[in-house]
Amino acid sequence: MNACVQTVTDYGLRAVGIGKRLLPREDFTLCEQFTLIGSGMIWNVYFGVLALIAGFGFATLLALGKASNIKTVRKPSEWFIFLFRGSPLFIQFFFGYFLFLKLKIVFPIFAPFTAAWLGALVVLFFNTSAYTAEIFYGALRSIPKGDVEAADAYGLSGWSRFKRVIWPTMLRLAWPAYTNEAIFLFHATTLVFFSGFPAWQQRGDALYYASYFADKTFNPFIPYPILAGYFILLTLCVIGLFSIVNRRLNRHLPANTRQRLRIRPNLIR
Amino acid sequence: MSIYWSVLTVILLLAITAPTALAFGFAGASAARSRIAPVSWLGRGYIAVVRGVPDIAFFLFFVIALDQVIEATRHHVLCPDWVEPIRQGSDFVVCQAAKMPLGNAPQWVHESYGFAVAVFTFAIVFGAFAANVIQGAMGAVPRGQIETGESYGMTSRQTFWRILVPQMWIYALPGLSNLWMILIKATPLLFLLGIQDIVYWARELGGIKTSRFTDYPHGDWRMWYFLALLVFYLIFTRFSEITLERLMTRLTRGQATTAGEAQRKADTT
Repeated sequence: MNACVQTVTDYGLRAVGIGKRLLPREDFTLCEQFTLIGSGMIWNVYFGVLALIAGFGFATLLALGKASNIKTVRKPSEWFIFLFRGSPLFIQFFFGYFLFLKLKIVFPIFAPFTAAWLGALVVLFFNTSAYTAEIFYGALRSIPKGDVEAADAYGLSGWSRFKRVIWPTMLRLAWPAYTNEAIFLFHATTLVFFSGFPAWQQRGDALYYASYFADKTFNPFIPYPILAGYFILLTLCVIGLFSIVNRRLNRHLPANTRQRLRIRPNLIR
Repeated sequence: MSIYWSVLTVILLLAITAPTALAFGFAGASAARSRIAPVSWLGRGYIAVVRGVPDIAFFLFFVIALDQVIEATRHHVLCPDWVEPIRQGSDFVVCQAAKMPLGNAPQWVHESYGFAVAVFTFAIVFGAFAANVIQGAMGAVPRGQIETGESYGMTSRQTFWRILVPQMWIYALPGLSNLWMILIKATPLLFLLGIQDIVYWARELGGIKTSRFTDYPHGDWRMWYFLALLVFYLIFTRFSEITLERLMTRLTRGQATTAGEAQRKADTT
């Protein structure tokens, strides 16, 4: 038991570079595997949360752009969404990494972008913005006509109509799909260290450590189920948070017509 | 030259996996609908388990697990007088005759074995998702259609094959085409399974020097190779989108859906 506490203090924050430098090399205990994979989850949560928050704002703009009547606004948004939804995220990571490497030579300001913490975050941010924008765009198009007409009848227009009627309704309609997108994004963060981005000083994410253990022990039946367990916990947290928001968005509706959140697991994007 | 082969590898993978996954999906959905309880549990269990496991962890995990299961079974069958345990600490030991593929097999056997395992993994994973879509589609066929078949004295097998299956495709197609898009975008993950696909070659050929080729007369071209891959995937998805759209229009003809009704009206006027 004490050995395990020692392992947790040694490796608990290993993924961010605090604690013991060397990874365990032999005689892997269950405790070590749990601790290191868990410490890797810090990166998954970091990428997921930041990309999600930043992506939310940008996606709203993109969705409005795609729904716009002005061609010079609509076309770039459509292309952006198509570019990031039409190609594999894996290739986007690779391309992004090598693009930043090239840019670094010309403009030294791009140096931090070649590290995973910023470069991969930018790629994830663009990617989730594109997917979320498509969801929001779909929701924008299915806002009941009557709602907008009612807003017009009350004399609301422009910004206040958007803020009070269109935006909340859009969010309410998009929320179940958006929850899936969020879960999906957290799963996609596992790709980061398997694409171009190097794990500096072996500071990797959960999957990085899980595959480290699987490589060293030739036994995939322990690290991957641990990883799956962590991800199921994370998914439950995401669903919990999102359903609180969902309840708030739907609070004006009668109880029997409210949409309930359902998990629809998805695959690699 | 090999990079052209690797493009063929990707297309071959898609060409084999898509029908196989569809077959898995069809079998899974039919099993889940079965009136015999154990068969139904099997179908439902397959769908639930594979869909619930996080994405690329499954790919990493399943390939090693499948490999080890095959080798362990062969070990028990081929070398029954071997007394030492298979797992010795962190080693996985089987007798020479049980190695899969055999150690002295030519190179192409190794490569095609790896490819077959990859295809099987993809088919299992996508089969579960296809099964979910097809199960939903079978439920969406109007009840009246089946009742009509029954009232004509058809057996349940006949209603299944002559009424349910032909009509379900129209409901399954949107989900299946979505799945096809995801499948296209999942192909770069072949790289993770250790197959020399286009991602591998883009990295090898674009780099300044690699393990395989000592020196190139050009600088770091990996960015351009990955840009080419990005464009390749974009064209591929766009092309699929257009084809699937046409197929959808074709299948809608004469169906008892809103779109089919709209088509009928457009034809008559």
